[in-house]
Amino acid sequence: MNFSLSPEEETFRQEVRDFLAAELPPPEERDAGFMAEWWKKIRAKRWVGFSWPEEVGGGGGTLMQQFILKDLLVRARAPMLGSDYTGLHWVGPAIIQFGTPEQKARYIPEILDGQSIWCTGYSEPDVGSDLAALQCRAVRKGDTYVVNGQKIWTSLAHFAKSIFLMVRSNPGASKHDGISCLLVPMDTPGIEIQRVHNMGAGGYGDMLNQVFFNDVEVPAELRLGEEGQGWEIICSALQSERSGITEVNRHATSLEDLIGLAARSERNGRPALEDASVRARLGSFETRIEAMRLNGMRALTNQLRGNLHPSEASINKLHNCDLLVEMSDLALELQGSAASYYGKQDVVIDAGRWQMAALSWPATVIGGGTPNVQKNIIAERMLGLPKD
Amino acid sequence: MDFGFSDEQELLRGEARKLLDDACPLDEVRALQETPAGHSPELWKQLGELGWLGLIVPEVYGGAGLGWLDLIVLLEETGRSLFPGPLVSNTLAAATLCDAANDEQRAQWLPGLADGSRIGTVALLDEREAFRPDAIRLSGQRDGDGWRLTGEKRFVTDPTSADLFVVAFRTGDASEALALGVVEGGAPGLSAQSFPTLDATRRLGNLVLSDVRIADAAVLGTAGEAWPAIERLLDRGATAVAAEMLGAAQAALDLTVQYAKDRVQFGSPIGRFQGVKHPLAEMHVQLESARSLLYYAAWALDESPDDVPRAASRAKALMTEAFSRIGTDAIQLHGTLAYTEEYPAQLYYKRSKLVRPLFGDSDHHYDRLLRLRGL
Repeated sequence: MNFSLSPEEETFRQEVRDFLAAELPPPEERDAGFMAEWWKKIRAKRWVGFSWPEEVGGGGGTLMQQFILKDLLVRARAPMLGSDYTGLHWVGPAIIQFGTPEQKARYIPEILDGQSIWCTGYSEPDVGSDLAALQCRAVRKGDTYVVNGQKIWTSLAHFAKSIFLMVRSNPGASKHDGISCLLVPMDTPGIEIQRVHNMGAGGYGDMLNQVFFNDVEVPAELRLGEEGQGWEIICSALQSERSGITEVNRHATSLEDLIGLAARSERNGRPALEDASVRARLGSFETRIEAMRLNGMRALTNQLRGNLHPSEASINKLHNCDLLVEMSDLALELQGSAASYYGKQDVVIDAGRWQMAALSWPATVIGGGTPNVQKNIIAERMLGLPKD
Repeated sequence: MDFGFSDEQELLRGEARKLLDDACPLDEVRALQETPAGHSPELWKQLGELGWLGLIVPEVYGGAGLGWLDLIVLLEETGRSLFPGPLVSNTLAAATLCDAANDEQRAQWLPGLADGSRIGTVALLDEREAFRPDAIRLSGQRDGDGWRLTGEKRFVTDPTSADLFVVAFRTGDASEALALGVVEGGAPGLSAQSFPTLDATRRLGNLVLSDVRIADAAVLGTAGEAWPAIERLLDRGATAVAAEMLGAAQAALDLTVQYAKDRVQFGSPIGRFQGVKHPLAEMHVQLESARSLLYYAAWALDESPDDVPRAASRAKALMTEAFSRIGTDAIQLHGTLAYTEEYPAQLYYKRSKLVRPLFGDSDHHYDRLLRLRGL
């Protein structure tokens, strides 16, 4: 066991530090043009898609280097590593793993260059946690699939250029074997989008939609993987979605801010930081955030040694969910009645960031599989308990 | 970076598991808990011969010269088997001598602790779970070239098995005017008492000192400046106890998972029901996370001293939460079977209660994490 970095890794770490010192202004000094410039610069460093193979245009970095990079970026409160979050986090990896050479050449460069915006077509009105029961139908006619059906809770569909769409291609097969994955341009005739507004009432993260498919014709060459391979692709993509050091450091910076809020707050007429229950909760947050970091490092070691359990990411997803809910909840509790103010007025503490957090956690907690789904996965695949 | 154990460490784990499975199965644990000593002197001797009593003691003093990462492998296994014996006490006494004693003191006491001819323990607390310098009140009065110690140490582990005590005492009125001294078993004025414990596999009690004299040569480091060494001892204690907790909690969880697979109700193994499988998944998540924190704390003890206080507190805090939950839910998920004396779940449950406060419970360590931030 060794938590030190090798000399090469130390060199890379210093390179990232130097870059951040030179190129990343503090959050309050970032102007309107900053994001576009930032993405151009990190793209030039080949840090977007850093661990993707060089032959598809990725950076060819090691998993360890990617870990170091993401670790430092989030600690420095840098923006995301690219504009197409969905493309970078699970659609891109799925195309690299399952795609044809033509598909890789067509989609990967635009994901890396921030030219794409992907959305994900999983859930349907009658299909949520039991995702493998999805019904959106694709019928093969010659070189074309004709898609009919409906998706729901589709984040970003209202401005996405493409959808990573799961369809039932073979109703005669078992529910897991009859699913295929199609990469569908959103401007294909027959696709209709309706917004679904979330409880943030038009505020942060208002991204949900329903998407209707009426005789949508999709060329068969846009199928990802084999016909019937959809479930395998989903499982792989969901694990990509559930893992990562990024969330850990986001929590770590949130905790610093939360401690700052506690230091300015009172409870029962005394400084909140003298309150035993506040202290216990803050200490527990710190402990679980560090546990997530170390769980991630253990998973990385297992990955490097070639024996990563595919469900290991579910462990950190559960911590991630608990921390999002509990930390935003404590933040509002510390504010007392001021927590009820929402919006852009001066009376709103910390510019409303904690209210936003309290109204946006479902996107992460429920998206990508609810905590109860994660518990099923852990119990069945890691503990070997019988399936439901 | 590498978060795995070495081949040698895996070998040690295998050997420890085999020996404990053979020589100390739960039937033996139950038999030993009825004896006055509470452990098997023969097995203790055997552990000494294997080098496991002085695992972290340098070879020059008769130990194996290994590190904390090796030690926690062994402690995970002794925890798993609920091994009844003063291994943690002895190890902490030895670790304190390694940390704070001079060469003569090490040469005098470490070989005996490493070969099993003597048994050590540490006596720190005067009152319940007060890990503050001012809460250590046992009085030390200057007496020529030594000290006269008077007072009572409470919650001492293995007080009646040990014959070598590392005792924290007060040298003056200032909060941190403290010293660590070695008191030999049989010293005039010294008496030890074990009380019946909830977890009868472990011994816990008082050490009473009435005008016990120790020479300056038995004081570890500079008298009056021992608080940093005591804090390091507390971190080592938290880490060692957490390692035994990990093994015991894993055994209790394994027992319960197996039962959930085997026990059929409503025409199905109960592990199929989410009311059973979700708690088991939650316990697995907590225990694996505490495991990560513990392994890091052990690594920090070997390689990165500045990280130790935070790492040890996090590890003991989450391990305590995990084992408390597992100890309780192991019984609930089994049903009445686990309420019986005969079934082993109760042994893990009782152990979870005994170890929770040792070297600080979760709330203590959560609070300490904020103090370590200067808050």
